[in-house]
Amino acid sequence: MIPAAFDYVAPTTVDDAVRALAEAGEDAKVIAGGQSLLPVLRMRLAAPSMLVDLGKVAELRGVREDGDTLVVGAMTTHYDVQRDPLVREHARLLALATNVVADPQVRHRGTFGGSLAHADPAGDLLAPALALDAELVVAGMDGRRTIPAAEFFADFFTTSMRSGEILCEVRVPKKTGWSAHYEKFNRVAQAWSIVAVAAAVLVDDGTITEARVGLTNMAATPVRATAVESALVGQPATAEAITAAAQHAAEGTSPAADGNADAEFRQHLARVLTSRAVSAAVGA
Amino acid sequence: MTSTIEPEIGRARLRKEDARLIAGRTRWTDNLALPGLLHMAVARSPMAHARITNIDVDAARRMPGVLAVFTGADLAGEQGSLPCAWPITEDMKSPDAPSIAVEEVNFAGEAVAVVVARSAYEAADALEAVDVDYDELPVVLDLEGAVADGADLVHPDLGTNASATWVFDSAEAGTGTDVERAIADAEVLIERTYRQQRLIPAFMEPRSVVVDPTGEQLTMWSATQIPHILRVMLAMTLSVPEHKVRVIAPDVGGGFGGKLQVTPEEILTFLVARRLGKPVKWTETRSESLLSAHHGRDQVQKLTLAARRDGTVTGLKVELLADMGAYLRLVTPGVPILGAFMFNAIYKFPAYRFACTNVFTNKTPTDAYRGAGRPEATYAIERLMDELAAELGVDPIEIRERNWIRHEEFPFDTVAGLTYDSGNYEAATAKAKELFGYDALRAEQRERRERGDTVQLGIGTSTFTEMCGLAPSRVLGALSYAAGGWEHAAVRMLPTGKVEVVTGSSPHGQGHETAWSQIVADQLGVPFEDVEVLHGDTQSSHRGMDTYGSRSLTVGAMAVVRAADKVKAKAAKVAAHMLEAAEDDVEFAGGAFGVRGAGAEAKSVSIQDVALAVFAAHDLPDGVEPSLDSEATFDPENFSFPHGTHLCAAEVDTETGRVTIRSYVAVDDVGKVVNPLIVEGQVHGGLAQGIAQALYEEAVHDESGTLTTGTLADYLVPSAVDLPEFTTDRTETAATSNALGVKGVGEAGTIASTPAVVNAVVDAVRHLGVSDVQMPCTPMRVWQAIRTGRTDAGGLGGEAGGGLGSINPEGGAR
Repeated sequence: MIPAAFDYVAPTTVDDAVRALAEAGEDAKVIAGGQSLLPVLRMRLAAPSMLVDLGKVAELRGVREDGDTLVVGAMTTHYDVQRDPLVREHARLLALATNVVADPQVRHRGTFGGSLAHADPAGDLLAPALALDAELVVAGMDGRRTIPAAEFFADFFTTSMRSGEILCEVRVPKKTGWSAHYEKFNRVAQAWSIVAVAAAVLVDDGTITEARVGLTNMAATPVRATAVESALVGQPATAEAITAAAQHAAEGTSPAADGNADAEFRQHLARVLTSRAVSAAVGA
Repeated sequence: MTSTIEPEIGRARLRKEDARLIAGRTRWTDNLALPGLLHMAVARSPMAHARITNIDVDAARRMPGVLAVFTGADLAGEQGSLPCAWPITEDMKSPDAPSIAVEEVNFAGEAVAVVVARSAYEAADALEAVDVDYDELPVVLDLEGAVADGADLVHPDLGTNASATWVFDSAEAGTGTDVERAIADAEVLIERTYRQQRLIPAFMEPRSVVVDPTGEQLTMWSATQIPHILRVMLAMTLSVPEHKVRVIAPDVGGGFGGKLQVTPEEILTFLVARRLGKPVKWTETRSESLLSAHHGRDQVQKLTLAARRDGTVTGLKVELLADMGAYLRLVTPGVPILGAFMFNAIYKFPAYRFACTNVFTNKTPTDAYRGAGRPEATYAIERLMDELAAELGVDPIEIRERNWIRHEEFPFDTVAGLTYDSGNYEAATAKAKELFGYDALRAEQRERRERGDTVQLGIGTSTFTEMCGLAPSRVLGALSYAAGGWEHAAVRMLPTGKVEVVTGSSPHGQGHETAWSQIVADQLGVPFEDVEVLHGDTQSSHRGMDTYGSRSLTVGAMAVVRAADKVKAKAAKVAAHMLEAAEDDVEFAGGAFGVRGAGAEAKSVSIQDVALAVFAAHDLPDGVEPSLDSEATFDPENFSFPHGTHLCAAEVDTETGRVTIRSYVAVDDVGKVVNPLIVEGQVHGGLAQGIAQALYEEAVHDESGTLTTGTLADYLVPSAVDLPEFTTDRTETAATSNALGVKGVGEAGTIASTPAVVNAVVDAVRHLGVSDVQMPCTPMRVWQAIRTGRTDAGGLGGEAGGGLGSINPEGGAR
């Protein structure tokens, strides 16, 4: 498979990248790990005139702490995210979800920021970002701004980033001591999720005191199962209570239908998998 | 001089081929670089059925690096019609099969123009500039609809979508009684309709062709299973003299029947190279491969099994609709007919009738895919035997045992007219049950049912046999196949005692170089390392019938044995002369000739000594020519009939419909084993592909005939992590139809495993009211079957991007 011709630039700073993108105009495209963009280019489903490669921008890689927040550079690979001790300690849900993205080869090339900016609702990292109330820092010619995850994902493969903006980092509020689980449902290991559920809960003395539940591939964007979250809080961390709360999981969802699942099956799966995700998180 | 003491046959040798294949040191067709090589790309129709009203190639011709653009109109005069070597009936309807469409396209993916450029990149760029106008025609997709009255026609000039109907009736053939009578008298009738979904062979190396027209002989390299057949067919199709064509299949990365073809692209590369007088290469993209390389399976099977209440089967009626796709390729019409002899399987049916109607649709042509006709048959009968067992409340293995051929009954003449030479179904089944822990798993199944566990356990059985080692030429002739089923080999003794083996078999992943070396090492008493196997080039290997249908060991290696026998016979004369003994007094053992009864200390001459003496030719017996080299062509008297018992334990999550294979036991009887490692590899790969049909793979077309599973993200080929740990073992009942005692193994795992898995899935949820789940058993289908009894969930009907393709979304399989 052979892509159409394009120009290519690999800046080393965010400022240079933003400038390169502005100069290249509307037809330019940012490439991060290339795990989504390259197949599209090779099948000629997209033919950008210019690729701005962020692979050499060192400042976009790595995980650091900023008070109560974890800051994950957009170009940090999935492999680096999943084994990062800070992520494991303070954003366990993110580590677990990253662990089941595609296959090891993809996890070594693909990046956290690339996945979020691609905004595929079947991608595994959107729902955790949403559930964890992440904030996304983007840079453009007008400077930097911060977008809450709830506003970042606008539609299928569409974010609220403006043309010419680059996703720089993802700020994730620490959820130290929370239990978490990512329950992914697909047909073969390397496939996208048919449905998946990202759950993080805080349990105090057997009672669920806080809950965050995000759904993968249940709408054009990732979805927060807020009705489940409300139903969980104050409940004992038991299988019965969790299963009852999980019955609200499909509320407000509008899943697509495809060869793997129709909307009804996806909504059914959302309930079943939510129950399993929360139960697994708390060990119920 | 070393000689082999321990027999090579039976040794688990690492494959000679592996180092170069694994390290990438081989040259695949696409790696070939010739001076001045041009690159061809193919523009394909997005329409499944349409009239071409205009093709504008002017812009493409002006693109950088482009040398030529050809349309069907440009090549119509010389492209001929792609060959079909299997006219199954005298009145079979077969449309002209162009390599490039001229006026009409009949499937999405059919070639409509070719671009030739200096680089593959420039060719790909120029493809986008080819502008084709189409007038859409009605699309024929559904098999049952295609043969209904008033159906739209794929080829209106044929007047029907039915290509041919082929019938075997045991009463008419004199091999059994009348099946209608058996049905009328039946105490129990099992009537089912099963669907064999369309599959895509998905070999690892994409197809690739290079044609060099600059020499005296026109040379074609192709990633093909059949270089010899290809050469003959090029000569016949394109009216080029056969002796002016050389075909080379270098290392080929998998085929599974998908490269048992004379492809449109081979013809087009040939025509374009000849026209331009320059070497031309075409290599497909993965998308092209999935879309346009031939597909496999795709049948609707209407089945009626008659039995007595004691479980004895009394009759089997099989009515098939088989999807040909838009054209008949090399053996397309014969694929379902190969299954005709296998529906009765290992069971003693007194009455049998098989009728298959081959049907044209506006889809990619189908043709051979691993097992070719036999997996479909085996699936049907093994599913039916489980259904009969359920109907009668008898254990599925018990019901089989009541009906199978007992080991003392071989050779056994079947109701389908074959003679099974050997087998021991009791032994394979006993071993499989023990390895599987059958009784314990049944106990656990009962316990989980009673407990109402969310995850239910099912056990699936497949006691399969198959006919392979294609084949006796006289049988192929009786089936109207255009060619024979012999194989050729030559053994050449080099002056230094090394050996070259030339084989007409054409390996594409099987490990023939290793296996043939082991066989020849034993035959001639030479070291394994001293044998070189030459194949796949019609110049060095001038005669051959190539590799498919698990035929290489049973037919090809037997030719090698016969050639080696001739070498030994020639060498014996010379050795006797060297030993100053009478030829009758000379015996051959351990690679050396000696005088019989002369004792261990007596003089002997090794076969290497003889080879050198023959090379010098100074002192040969009168009338003996100075060569040990020998050839042989072997034509078997019968097929080989591998068999085995496969047991699958599957867990079904009743909340999500997910199927997880918990354990899988395969006990295969493939006769004498030359190399256990290779056999193990064949079984593992076969199981993977058979399980893939049961659970994962399906080529789906939407309402307009567009392939919606056109990438490997949609067409789900399982990887190692998706498959269970396999427990494999063997029983060994030697084949009596060849001197090696060997049977084929290449297709066995694929044939056996699909019904074992689906039987396990259905068994897990039968108590919930499920008696079938359509393949592939996706989570949604299983969930829907549990919830509603529907077996064919998972489609979106007419909506693009999903859907079940050829199956009617309302009805599906019964």
